[in-house]
Formats: sequence, C-alpha cells, structure tokens
Amino acid sequence: MEFAWPWQLRRNGVLNMNKRNIDYIGKYNPRKYYKRVDDKLITKQLALANGIAVPDLIGVVEEQHKINDIPQMVIDRTGFVIKPAKGSGGKGILVITKVDAGRYYKPNGDEVTPTEVYRHVSNILSGLFSLGGAPDVAIVEGLIEFDPVFDGFSYEGVPDIRLIIFKGYPVMGMLRCSTAASDGKANLHQGAVGVGLDIATGKSLFAVQFDKPVLKHPDTQFELSQIQVPEWDTLLHTASCAYEMCELGYLGTDMVLDKQRGPLLLELNARPGLAIQTANGRGILQRLQHVESLKGPTLSVEERVAYAKKHFCSNPNF
Amino acid sequence: MHSRKPFFIFVALLFIFGTAASIYRSVEHNVPFLPGKQVQSWSVEAKVMFNGTNKAAEASLSLPQDDAFDVLSENASSPGYGLNISDGDDRRAVWSIREASGRQSLYYRVTLVPTGQLDVTQDEEPEVPEAFTWQVTEKGAADQIMNDVWQRSANNLSYAQQLMSVINDSNQSQNLALLLSVNNRTQLFLQMLQSKGVPAKKVSGLMLEDQRRRQQLSPYVQVFHDGEWVLFDVEGNKEGRPDNLVLWQQNNQSVLDVIGGSNSQVNFSMLQETRSALATSIDMMNNSDAMDFSLYQLPLEEQSTFKGILLIPIGVLVVVFLRVIIGIKTSGTFMPVLIALAFIQTTLLTGLIGFLLIVAFGLMIRSYLSQLNLLLISRISAVIIVVIFIIGLFTLISYKVGLSEGLTITFFPMIILAWTIERMSILWEEEGPKAVVMAGGGSLFVATLAYLAMSNSWIQYWVFNFLGIHLVILALVLVMGQYTGYRLTELKRFKPLAGDK
Repeated sequence: MEFAWPWQLRRNGVLNMNKRNIDYIGKYNPRKYYKRVDDKLITKQLALANGIAVPDLIGVVEEQHKINDIPQMVIDRTGFVIKPAKGSGGKGILVITKVDAGRYYKPNGDEVTPTEVYRHVSNILSGLFSLGGAPDVAIVEGLIEFDPVFDGFSYEGVPDIRLIIFKGYPVMGMLRCSTAASDGKANLHQGAVGVGLDIATGKSLFAVQFDKPVLKHPDTQFELSQIQVPEWDTLLHTASCAYEMCELGYLGTDMVLDKQRGPLLLELNARPGLAIQTANGRGILQRLQHVESLKGPTLSVEERVAYAKKHFCSNPNF
Repeated sequence: MHSRKPFFIFVALLFIFGTAASIYRSVEHNVPFLPGKQVQSWSVEAKVMFNGTNKAAEASLSLPQDDAFDVLSENASSPGYGLNISDGDDRRAVWSIREASGRQSLYYRVTLVPTGQLDVTQDEEPEVPEAFTWQVTEKGAADQIMNDVWQRSANNLSYAQQLMSVINDSNQSQNLALLLSVNNRTQLFLQMLQSKGVPAKKVSGLMLEDQRRRQQLSPYVQVFHDGEWVLFDVEGNKEGRPDNLVLWQQNNQSVLDVIGGSNSQVNFSMLQETRSALATSIDMMNNSDAMDFSLYQLPLEEQSTFKGILLIPIGVLVVVFLRVIIGIKTSGTFMPVLIALAFIQTTLLTGLIGFLLIVAFGLMIRSYLSQLNLLLISRISAVIIVVIFIIGLFTLISYKVGLSEGLTITFFPMIILAWTIERMSILWEEEGPKAVVMAGGGSLFVATLAYLAMSNSWIQYWVFNFLGIHLVILALVLVMGQYTGYRLTELKRFKPLAGDK
C-alpha cells in the first residue's frame, strides 16, 4: 500500500470528500433544489420545459397494479429502460435492448422474464433503490440508440459523458466506458474505464481503470488516446444550461449521444464523485477556485462555455 | 460566506466548560479520576458511661468538628434515651432520660474521611487572653522562666517553641520542678503562654490508630501565629499536626457533661476501613444535600440505563473519526454503534460469531425470499421473523450444548439485523459478494473499534461520573464536522495524482 503525502495532493489541487461536502456541496447547493436532481422525473420535466433534450419518456409507473401496463407501453419498442425516479449511483436501472414477441432481453443477451420485470418495478416502488427507502416511482424510458462513433469505446453499454458544472462553467469532463469487469455499468469503482476529456476540444487526455492508467480498452483493445467526442460544443452547452435549470452551483451532468438526436441529458447529480480527477490525472480544485474568483455579472451560457474552453484546456497526458 | 469565528468560539467554550466541569467534579466532590481508587476512612465509636442516680439524667458529648476530616455518617445508639444533635459552632450530642438507674452506656459512632486539610487557619486575630493569675508560691518561679524564654524568642511561635523545649528539658531547673509538681505540662505551657498575652487554647484530640479500644482524648495546645493555629503536643514534645489526629473539641468547652449522673467517663475505640473513593464521595454528596447534577441521584434502574446510553457518544465519536478522518466505509451510518452496543452485552468474540452466523443464515433465507417476488415491506418483515427464529434456534442449541455465551445473542437489535441483511443482499445482487464483504467488514471493523472504546472500564467510568466529558466529545464532533482535509484512505486513493506535473 502506498500513500501520498497530504501536501503533494494539496499542491496538485486534488479535491477531497470532506472539502467537497463542506466547501462546495454545502455552500453552493441549496437544499431546497435537491429534489430537482434527486427525482429524475422532475429533472426530466424541467429539462423538457427548458428545451434540453432527454431520452423519450414512455410512461411512469406509480402504483403496484399499474405494473401490468408495462407490456402494453412498450409493445412497439425495440428496447426500453426502467429506472427508479429517486435512485442514485445507477442503482436499479434495468436495460432491455431487445423486445421479441413479448420476451425481453438484456444487452448481454440474457432473457428477462415478465415476473422479473414485475419484481424489479415492485422493488422500485417500495423504495429499495431510493435514498432512505422512501416510496418511489418507476420511469419507463425509450432506449438510446447510441451513436456508432462510440463503437469500440465501450463494452455492453452506453458510454456516458460526465461533466462537472460549477456555477454554470463546465470545469472538468470524462467519458465513462463500461467493461466486462464493470458488468456493463459505467461506475468507475466497479471497473469501468474513465477517460479524462479536454474541456476545449472533447479529446481524450488520460484514461484509468481501477485508478491505474490504461492505454487501451481492456475488452475492445480500442486506443483510448484516439477518442474525440463528437458534438462537443452542444454537449458543453447543454450541460451548462443545466445550471440555470436546477440552480445548483456544484453539479454533475450525465449525458449520452443518441444516433438521431445528439446529446441527451440522462441525469443530474448534486453530489458528483471525485473519480473524475483520477480519470483526468489532475486535481479539480484550481479550476473550482478559478471560477470562485470570477467577479462581475452572471454570463450567458455561450459566454461561459467560451470562457471555460479558453481557461480549462489541457494537454494530453498519455 | 458567514464567519466561522462564532463557531470556533462556541466549540472552544464547549471544550473549556466540559473540561472545567470535570475538573470541578474531581476537586470539589472528590470524585477520583481513576476508577477503583481506594481511600482510608476511620470508624470511631465513643462510649459514654455514668452511674444513674434514679433521677432524670442528661449527658452531653462534644462531637468532632474538624476540617481535616469529613463526617461521612454518624449515628448514636442509646435505648430509652431521647437524642438531640445540635449543629452550630459547637456540635454536641445530648442524650436525655427521665430516670436513669445503675450503670449507663451510650454510644456514638462516626465514620471520618480524611480530607488532607490539616492547617487550622483563622483570618481575624483572636482576642488576647486574660493573663493567668499565678499562685503566690509559683509566681516567682514562673516569671523567671517566662522572662528568660521571652528574651530568647522573636515572636509568639518561637516563644511557644522555646517554652515547650524548656518544659520538656530533662535537666530541669528547680523552678520548673516546682511548677511541674503542681501542674501538668500542658497546663503549665498554656498558662505561660497566656501570661505573656499569646493567644492559645487547649484542645482535645484523638489519635487514630487501627483497632485501638478504650482510648482517651489527649490534651493539646493550639498557639495562634500568623493567621494559623499551630498545634503543640507538649507531653510528646512535638510541634505540628500528625495526619491521624482528629481534633474532637476545639472550643474550650468540656468534652462530656453529665447532669444527674456520677462517675462519668468517655472512651473511644476505632477501626480503620478501606472503601472505594467513588462510593465515599457519592455518600458525601448525598450527605451534603448538594443539588448537584449527579446521575447517582437517580434510581438504580435508571442509573444502569444511563450507563449504557452515555456510552453512545463514545461510539459515535469513534464512528465520526473513522469515517471523516480515516475514511472507512460502513453500511449504514450508525449501525456500527448499535452493533457495538450489542457486543457490550455479548462480549466481542461471541458477538462477532453470532453476528456473522445470523447475517449468513439471513442472507441464505433472503436469497430464497427474493425468488418469491414479494413486496419490499413484507420481505423485510419476513426477514425479521426469520432472524428471530435463527436467534431462538442458536440460543436453544447453545443452551443444550452448554455454551452460556450463546444465550447473549438475543441482545442483537433485530430490526437492525434485518435491515443489514436486506442491504447486504441487495449489495450482493448488484455488486457481487466482494462488495458485501467490504461493506460488512468495514462495519464490523468500526463496530469492533467502537466496542473496544466503549467497553474500556476507564471510559465507562469517566462518561458516567464526569458528564462534562460529553461536552468535550460534542466539541470534537463539531470540529471534525468542519474538517476539510484529506482522509487517510484518500491519500491512497489519490496516490496517482500526487506526482509532479
């Protein structure tokens, strides 16, 4: 086991959990706005009202007896996603990529029986995945047809783009690619590959899996240094808009690229994790302090994105 | 951003007040800082005897009033007698009866605790005593000795010192021999002091020695010098006060007065006792009726409840430290404290084994339940009932096998166990068995450390006897709540980010 000295981390501007909680989340995220991000249904409605693109809303299941309506809802879909409105950390998300004569299949090809779907939704409604076990509702969403430009980036799952938006400025970004080790999930601690992205260009800067630098995707052998996220400006713009929408100062936005519709906002996070620093190979604190030091009137979304692209660009670290 | 100054002042006040309250408790109420500390106390019994004359009788005994000893308890036994203990400057026990015939025995028993306060001080200068009137035959001899000693002394104290050594001089002058033939040494000493206007008084003291019986009070002389009464033992030719001398009567009053009786006498027997310092100070507090904030005023049942409750802040402190400063992950914020509380009842090893057994069996049952497609509420309820079955089964088996440790397994909070099993089961399904072992192991590790802190007999003693400690804990928890530094585990996690760019 190797340990860093605290001053080495401080010199490199590494934000830690306690400081994040006290100086950023506690200070910039008013409690009353939390439900805007903690309840994905509200997030979705807000996003639609603000003209931000989100995955299709097929339906909402609020009561146990409505579960039986699900087959009817998805009858003409190729796939769908069921997620808890108040879930966190990607918990409780069921992805069905193939619907074939009333039979459902997960991305890895395993069949999901209607009974299993029923139980999953029932668990969601009972609050199994929500914070503190509060009763919840299940959201049925359209499947994202993800952009083929990402073929090879990811294994058995949609790669998603996480941006940290501080006071409306995109300060750091990463691409999260699922792997066989992460079982198709995009959580870094479960073994997904985290690729740091340059705020200016959307090009990859650095990549890690299990906190160790990697050059190739472990399953697809894709050269991670070759990544260039398309429609980068739209992504930055959409993410920056989320600040006005939910009024949280320190915000994590999760987005995916749809083949037809471009960047879609998946969810927002009022307590984004710190792994983005490891994926970028650098601390986030200096950028946060940079934004904190900015004076003057609030800039427009375009001005903020331009400012961030100018000041938070970095050199590849491969 | 609001200033943090008031916060830090508040925390500092909590810390200072908590520490001060604990120190006050130790100093003022003699609550020892270490548990199990012993103090010596003295049990003294005074036996008053006189012959009744078939008439009404009243016996009045002076009671000890001495800063060097606290009265822990006192009682008098005297069948048929009325008893009155008068407080005030001169504490006395007065027994009375309408008709006393034959030999009478009255008992007074007192338990004395040394306070270590041996000096007898007095702020104001006592009145100068009236000059003693010598017998004509003695006056010449006395004057000669007094003037001689006066010349050789500088102040009251050195005069008394010189005088005592002269009185005890083995090569006695004729003058002294003459005086001692009609006076005892103590009497002579006192008279010679008073003749020169030195404030002095005769006191009666009792030397405390273990297992002595039929002891008498001995006369001593106190000489006032520089705000303090200095004790002289003229017979023993000693100055100063030994710590096993209790001053029974200091006010020039008689020790025993008997009206309506003859041939009265009082003698003392005594016994040294060893008692817990804590029990002694609790008794003292109860005696003094101090409206002090002490949990010992509660009934015993509530006291033992509080002994448990007051350990929770220690467990909470350990959890806050391990999570905020060290960064260990636990499943459920304060579940480790609750597990640690159960460990206190079960002891550590039994508790750990019992916990692992219940959770393992619970997970097995739970994996079956998850196939039944139940609603969450009924599933957890089912787990609770099954946990009760498991606990009952283990208790029964361990009883049959003769393992009494197994019986304590019932102390585990069942709802907590059921929730733990449910969470672990979900964790297993979502992130695999490794995550279950990590989260469960972290919780058990934290619970074990919390248990070790909470079961420490010193800590148990402190949190119950020095309530100020809880304010200090509150201050520490608040300060840790403001800690924005790196957690220990983050130093490892962010190791890749430590290098130079």
